[in-house]
Amino acid sequence: MSLRIAPIFFGLLALFGWDIALRAFAVPVYIVPSPGAVLGALAADPEGLLLSLASTLTVTFVALLVAAILGASMAVAMASSRWAQAAIQPWAVALQVTPLPAIAPLIIVWVGNPFASLVVCATIVAFFPLFANTATGLASPPPELSDLFHLYGAGRWKTLLLLRVPAALPYFLSGLRISGGLALVGAVVAELVAGSGGFASGLAYRMLEASYRLEMPRMFAALVLLAVAGIAINYGLAAFGRVVMRRWGDA
Amino acid sequence: MLTLSGIHRRFPTGTEALRDASLRLSAGDFVALLGPSGCGKSTLLRLIAGLDWPDAGTLIWDAGQRPVPGDIGYVFQDATLLPWATTEENVFLPLRLRGISRDRAQPEIAAVLARVGLTGFEDARPRQLSGGMRMRVSIARALVTKPRLLLMDEPFAALDEFTRHRLQADLLTLWRDLGCTVVFVTHSIYEAAFLARRVVLMTPRPGRIAQELASPLLENADTRLQPTYAGFVAEITHAMEAALA
Repeated sequence: MSLRIAPIFFGLLALFGWDIALRAFAVPVYIVPSPGAVLGALAADPEGLLLSLASTLTVTFVALLVAAILGASMAVAMASSRWAQAAIQPWAVALQVTPLPAIAPLIIVWVGNPFASLVVCATIVAFFPLFANTATGLASPPPELSDLFHLYGAGRWKTLLLLRVPAALPYFLSGLRISGGLALVGAVVAELVAGSGGFASGLAYRMLEASYRLEMPRMFAALVLLAVAGIAINYGLAAFGRVVMRRWGDA
Repeated sequence: MLTLSGIHRRFPTGTEALRDASLRLSAGDFVALLGPSGCGKSTLLRLIAGLDWPDAGTLIWDAGQRPVPGDIGYVFQDATLLPWATTEENVFLPLRLRGISRDRAQPEIAAVLARVGLTGFEDARPRQLSGGMRMRVSIARALVTKPRLLLMDEPFAALDEFTRHRLQADLLTLWRDLGCTVVFVTHSIYEAAFLARRVVLMTPRPGRIAQELASPLLENADTRLQPTYAGFVAEITHAMEAALA
């Protein structure tokens, strides 16, 4: 129990220290707002901020879904053919090591549609853990099991479907959890890069807007919402993974 | 049933796994391949199963004996079960891979589970079972297709001694009841002496067949306390020492 309340206790302590420090050094609100001011900004326009959050989360989840489908299917393609593996793998790594802020402006110009371009950016960031984890999982069954399938005359597809895909499931799920957070990061980065030329409705855009107007409490309020969303995504996907794994037989 | 003659196998790494190995298997045999690590016993088993191919030499099945999938059962050192599948699903696997429906397979699965003493554990997942029980599932999986040839690669090596003794005795009962041919790889002299009708001694680097010994034990002499058993253990030990010298 004490371990459960530890993070809450630590958080409250930090907020208290923050408030005391602001008062002690008389820091102006346009540099660092007090926790109370941030709460005030949240209360002043909850609807606007939550709508923006919904917009960012829509981009995040669509990107996560696309990344899951693309990552898993490309991993399966790679697992079923050595040629496909040789063809795909280096490009997947190239995609992963390219910094998103460097290519986001290009994507935004090329794709045109603001929503689609944000989704593409977030998908690029979320893709790799799903792809790499699924690929690792597909290769995880011990050689003896592959021998057994061979012995009973199972072809490549039956082996893939009945052995390698189910073996990859736990790997896919842990990739999904990593990619969930990354998709949110990707969506926020893309919104920041796109600025007013983008979808102009996400939380990151609200943060930009607020910072231009020196509305620091509102900027912090948006930041708090993003952090809470990130935590919720992480715990939500972990819980989803546990439910699936229980059905998978890992009780 | 099967005649292997002049088998050579060299791995791409350069290791000479088998040199000039010849062996004849008759229907109903219980043969132990006995030797230290690296003597090519597992390679020989894989060659018989068709999971590997010789570089030279021949494997000739007697007329009408050439195996189709399901004619050979294979038990590995680890139970190698599907971790996400229940006992029943794991045993169903070989039949499923041959396109047999679950309903049609059900009586066979129930019968084989009863035979290995796993009735009541149909819905358990591998991680809920002990090592000995997992090995029983693995044996049931190998038996569910009614194989004519059962290949076992050190199946009991990782088990504790009490479980090992139980499973050895149960395996002998199964063999007598089912009448299939068993090739059993082991590095335990005691295990080979207890189980096999014929013990094939193998020596390493390169892997060769050194000698064959016929068991003097009576078919139903189930005891490890018989002087005949102790005598056979001593005979194998001397032969093995001579072969390795």
